[in-house]
Amino acid sequence: MAETTQDRRKERLDRGIKVRTDSVYAISHWQEMTYMLAPRLVFILGLLALPLILSFFPYWQRVISIVCIYALLAVGFDFLANHVGLVSLGGGFYVGVGAYMAALLNLKFGLPPVVTVPIATFAGGVFCTLLFLPCLPLRGVYFAIVSLMFPLLAGRVIEALDIFGGTDGLLGVESFGNPWVERYLLIGSVLVAVFVLRRLLIEDVGLVFRGVKDNDQAVKASAINITVYKALGVYFASTLGCLGGACLTHIYMWAGLSQFALDYSIIPIAATVVGGGGTLIGSVLGCLILVPISEMLRDFGTLRIAVYALILTAFIVYKSEGLMNYGARKYEQFERWVRI
Amino acid sequence: MSQEPLLTVEGLSKSFGGVLALSAVDLTVHAGDILGIIGPNGSGKTTLVNAITGFVHSDRGKVVFKGRDITNWEPHRIADLGLTRTFQVMRPYYSLPAYKNLIVPLFSRRARRSGGWRGGGKTGSRDTVAVDILEEIGFERDSYVPYKTASSLPTGYLKRLELARCLALRPDLIMCDEVFSGLSMSEMASMVPLMEKLQMEGITLIMVEHRLRELFRLAKRVMVLNFGCKIAEGTADEVLGTKEVKEAYFGSEEEVLSHV
Repeated sequence: MAETTQDRRKERLDRGIKVRTDSVYAISHWQEMTYMLAPRLVFILGLLALPLILSFFPYWQRVISIVCIYALLAVGFDFLANHVGLVSLGGGFYVGVGAYMAALLNLKFGLPPVVTVPIATFAGGVFCTLLFLPCLPLRGVYFAIVSLMFPLLAGRVIEALDIFGGTDGLLGVESFGNPWVERYLLIGSVLVAVFVLRRLLIEDVGLVFRGVKDNDQAVKASAINITVYKALGVYFASTLGCLGGACLTHIYMWAGLSQFALDYSIIPIAATVVGGGGTLIGSVLGCLILVPISEMLRDFGTLRIAVYALILTAFIVYKSEGLMNYGARKYEQFERWVRI
Repeated sequence: MSQEPLLTVEGLSKSFGGVLALSAVDLTVHAGDILGIIGPNGSGKTTLVNAITGFVHSDRGKVVFKGRDITNWEPHRIADLGLTRTFQVMRPYYSLPAYKNLIVPLFSRRARRSGGWRGGGKTGSRDTVAVDILEEIGFERDSYVPYKTASSLPTGYLKRLELARCLALRPDLIMCDEVFSGLSMSEMASMVPLMEKLQMEGITLIMVEHRLRELFRLAKRVMVLNFGCKIAEGTADEVLGTKEVKEAYFGSEEEVLSHV
């Protein structure tokens, strides 16, 4: 390989889109339109079709729901880590807060899921953001350490004070009723979350978020309060996590300490690494790959952690940009060898 | 001048561990002035800028801007009041095109309040406003320069980009931390009229500099720092005649002074 690359190199050219003005894309030819739309439609329609394709395998339909819960967390993690610059390991905390809030609203006030899920989602997001506020001046690995404290602490507090059912958890939460509601609520939420966040990032406010990540001093010097934007980022991520948690409670009809599990903090990170950081869609893709693998390896017991670690290591070593970045590059650029 | 000074600093002190970076520095600037701040390396010039603009918490002293005590306010609130600064080590958003760098300051509340430059609507999007500001500061509109990513721009343009970020906020006062350092002679030659233009537009400037020749063309009044203390203040000739200043610059930088 070394000899062959000595006198030639790979040239990469962006595949241009024909008609383009300053501010709006004006594409007139169906081929160009297909080129733009095809990957997006594959993602959207593919995700929507998954439960239908798997309709003879109810177990795997449930796995898709779990994939979506992880995907919500992963999208939030990706946004927060790669666009706001806060590496948050608080995924388990978001899920737990959403789960307990939905369960309590359902059990104490008798509210149906159609009310508890939105309340747990948005109020849970506010609750998490308020608790994270004191940690926002921290950066990088320091924020990661402090955010990891939250899911660990919350579990211990509930255990020690024996509140909210203590170690038994809250049993007898109402289910969604129709399983299709559960499936499509989650898939719809993932699609909406990805769409809204991607849209947000290409607006002007998205540049402010990126600025907070790349260069917070310059943002401060631009008369912008970075704490507000960090808090907003945490709010988006925790809202998504709480939504996942609230759905989880109604799926399993139970809220318990295992919803503060570190799986919810760690798997989203792994999914983002596999799928490609910064793309948001990549993290959904990563969940679609990792969560089913982890389900398939359930029979092997703890050995699945080893397999899981191998996949991660392979990705970090050989494709550290992740699937989505790699795929986008292949799709959007021509590559050819040129002699030097 | 009878009117109240725009910026007053009284007894500003800051120490890092045992090092006294600033000790009881006083300064006043009136609206429309250009004040130069010079001093040998490590004399506390950048710390002074940091302490005034809130990037470093001062230990003692008082900073009054437009009649308001802004001592140890957060940097974004100080910038919001119209006191902006450039960074000596340029801090652009390297991955963004030059004009997109200005979207962040244009998104701030101050830029929206000041009207005219409001994003969207009849005045055009923030992108158009950003290109306008860049043109004003020396990025030729019809060239490719404003649209290149900041990482591929030379130092001269990055220094201008720093200034442009301040201008996007329509500031009352800009603290320029060494805008001339690292520039070629021709880049510097085009920078001087730019600063004069800013002054004529009514922006007050405080310039921290090593390039004395260019600074003395611009600044009527200069103050000299050494080891965190103000050792002289006055016109260029007065300051250079002072014994302490000669001592501070003696040896390594004497040659620089003889050029002026």
